[in-house]
Amino acid sequence: MNKRRLVERFWKALMIASTAVVIGCLLFIVVTVIWKGLPALSLSMITRIPKGGYYLGKEGGILNAILGSLYLALGATALACVLSLPVVIFLNVYCRKRSRLAELTRFSFDVLWGIPSIVYGAFGFVLMVYFGMRTSLLAGIVTVALLEVPIMSRAIDEVIKLVPRELKEASYSLGATRLETSLKVIIRQCLPGILTGILIAFGRGIGDAASVLFTAGFTDRIPTSLGQPAATLPLAIFFQLGTPFPEVRQRAYASAAILTILILFISVLARVLSRRYTKHVIR
Amino acid sequence: MNDVRSHLSIRNLNVFYGDLQVLKNISLDIPDRKISVIIGPSGCGKTTLLKSMNRLLDHVDEVRVDGEVLVDGEDIYGPNVEVTRIRKKMGLLSQKPQVLPMSIYDNIAYGPRIHGHRDRKRLDFIVRNYLSAAGLWEEVKDRLHHPASRLSVGQQQRLCLARGLAVEPEIILGDEPTSALDPQSSQRIERRLVELKKDYTVVVVTHILRQARRIADYIVFLYLGELVEHGPAQDVFANPRDPRTRAYLTGEIS
Amino acid sequence: MRLLKEKAGRTVMFILTVLPTLLLVLMFFGLFRKSRAILALKSFGGLLFSSGWHPLRGEFGLFPFLIGTLWVTAVALVIAVPISLLMAVYLSEYAPRGFRDFAKPLIDLLSGIPSVIFGVWGVLVIVPLVGRIAPLFGRYSSGYSVLAGGIVLAVMIFPTIIHVALEVFSAIPFPLREASLSLGATRWETTRHVVLRKGSQGIIAACVLGLSRALGETMAVLMVVGNVPAAPKSVFDAGYPLPALIANNYGEILSVPLYDSALMLAALVLFIVVQTFNILARWFLVRAERRAE
Repeated sequence: MNKRRLVERFWKALMIASTAVVIGCLLFIVVTVIWKGLPALSLSMITRIPKGGYYLGKEGGILNAILGSLYLALGATALACVLSLPVVIFLNVYCRKRSRLAELTRFSFDVLWGIPSIVYGAFGFVLMVYFGMRTSLLAGIVTVALLEVPIMSRAIDEVIKLVPRELKEASYSLGATRLETSLKVIIRQCLPGILTGILIAFGRGIGDAASVLFTAGFTDRIPTSLGQPAATLPLAIFFQLGTPFPEVRQRAYASAAILTILILFISVLARVLSRRYTKHVIR
Repeated sequence: MNDVRSHLSIRNLNVFYGDLQVLKNISLDIPDRKISVIIGPSGCGKTTLLKSMNRLLDHVDEVRVDGEVLVDGEDIYGPNVEVTRIRKKMGLLSQKPQVLPMSIYDNIAYGPRIHGHRDRKRLDFIVRNYLSAAGLWEEVKDRLHHPASRLSVGQQQRLCLARGLAVEPEIILGDEPTSALDPQSSQRIERRLVELKKDYTVVVVTHILRQARRIADYIVFLYLGELVEHGPAQDVFANPRDPRTRAYLTGEIS
Repeated sequence: MRLLKEKAGRTVMFILTVLPTLLLVLMFFGLFRKSRAILALKSFGGLLFSSGWHPLRGEFGLFPFLIGTLWVTAVALVIAVPISLLMAVYLSEYAPRGFRDFAKPLIDLLSGIPSVIFGVWGVLVIVPLVGRIAPLFGRYSSGYSVLAGGIVLAVMIFPTIIHVALEVFSAIPFPLREASLSLGATRWETTRHVVLRKGSQGIIAACVLGLSRALGETMAVLMVVGNVPAAPKSVFDAGYPLPALIANNYGEILSVPLYDSALMLAALVLFIVVQTFNILARWFLVRAERRAE
């Protein structure tokens, strides 16, 4: 009898320890990054571009990476939206439940979702070479958009799937076409879910380094057109962390802190959005 | 009636789900070696009462129980009680048969093994013995090592009964045990329960009045969480004292 | 007019819907086309299993990188699988509801943290730690090692495994647990014999998904694993996984003949391997679902 109790206790203790390890790692990561990054953050850090080259120059800030990342992620997310929303609507409104096309497309999304971002990077590179482009903001935007499409589509698909059939039928019975129903009823009904999906994709896009390594390049300057290369926060961390100069590493720490805070903010925002706006949604 | 020694009694039992009180101050002695049937309209707390008897409510979130449930005079909600020992005293038949993901043989042997039986011959005997008691032995003796999930639903429920008996309980709890079964399988289960009452105390929840009339020795009528009436089955069916019981028995409330 | 819009909208959407599938095909053939240049000169098997990596001499043996990938992934799985499964079991079978509601968002948060941030953490915390403990095992290590890569990777795949495992466990009907509990089984006995057994297919799927995630993970590993193109002999040696190889050589990619082709071949191999595991995981999940019925 006692042995069974002991076994029970033993496993429970092991489980609690594992849980503590996982949550501890999360806290450890966040604390390490913030603790290293906060002292490095200053006004000049976030308002200036690096001086004398990002790898060697000991002065200046990371404005190039902040703006570059924002341009890139905003552009990519916008492009991904334009590509994903119509597809998801088509799958849910126009396709029959078990249509071949819908199943194939959903399968493709699943497969695309599982592809490592470095492979997207390599593919972006192939495309770039094929079109004779150089590393540029545009190439980065396209590659990151491709990476975001499956993430966004799957998230939005989950939400739109849940729209009750009666709601669609109510709209049809008023004489609305499917397009009108989609735009005016379904999108409105699912807005919080759609926004959450977009935010998740944005977070993934702004944090991804492997896909922009080949395609967006890196530069000290702030891009002024789509044809120029652009710096990004993840790469700012990656390149500048490896230098022997503490001053340059400060820029990496600052970038890491900013990126982490940004990601935490986006996660919380996505959560709040999906909770808050469900009030107005018909169940 | 007082000279019936009762090894299952309930004293001042209150159960809350969050803020909602689902059982209100219930006190009750379940007679030994009889079939007691808990009846009442759906949502009146029948299943909750049954599950409070072997502390399965512990596993439901946000449930609060106070009062006492005495098994052989010991309060199972007391501070130093080992839950597993209490549960071992009671076999449970749930609404849908819940076969464990293993072979027919292992389903029966599961309980005895957990409680320390390792001897192969002994286990073989237990499996055969209780499958027979549940009236299933003849049907499955050639495929004891097939997955239990391949049995029909009716057979699965009898397997669950055998599995419950194999831990040598004193009490059998049935939570609408025939609700997922066809009439023929239901009848088989009912017949088994009637046979088993010579060795066991049986408590069954049902919403089928005719079933209650067929098998009950003792009736417990719950209405909106209150214990309205309880007594020997003939008495309650023949002349219910409370108007609500009468209304339920005549089908005015359901 | 309205009907015209409807028709136009439908056509545009239809065309866009074909795109994801097309993208997948394009990706495969794009990478394949690029890697043909090198496959024309050398056999596929020869490239995979030769270990000389001297781009300037035209030798592109991928073997050390495959071994590096295997090592790092194996270390990550050894760490991540037990911890993740134990936590998933704790959350689904033991934890009070309040704690579950608190922990789930944290896991989502962990999965949202960018790869480079894990890399930073690895460089600042794990690498020195590994450098410190290596002498205890009688070895010298700079810290930049397979073990460091494996630890960082393990933390990155915690959320994947936990998430899938939780879903698998929650699909197991509650009354089944009650059946076991009512026989006097303890919670752990119920978990082991009923929950884990019933969910076995799904658990395999969760681990395979974690595996495929680990195989493709690039930046964090790249930053801590050391990147020496030779097969590691112990977990304290540096390794050089396949994704790190691709990422690390973007600079020279166009200046050395066949270099780009070799890297694209590496990407193609990665693509195929990861997809194989993903599809395997899906297959297990489908089987798990069918079993649950």
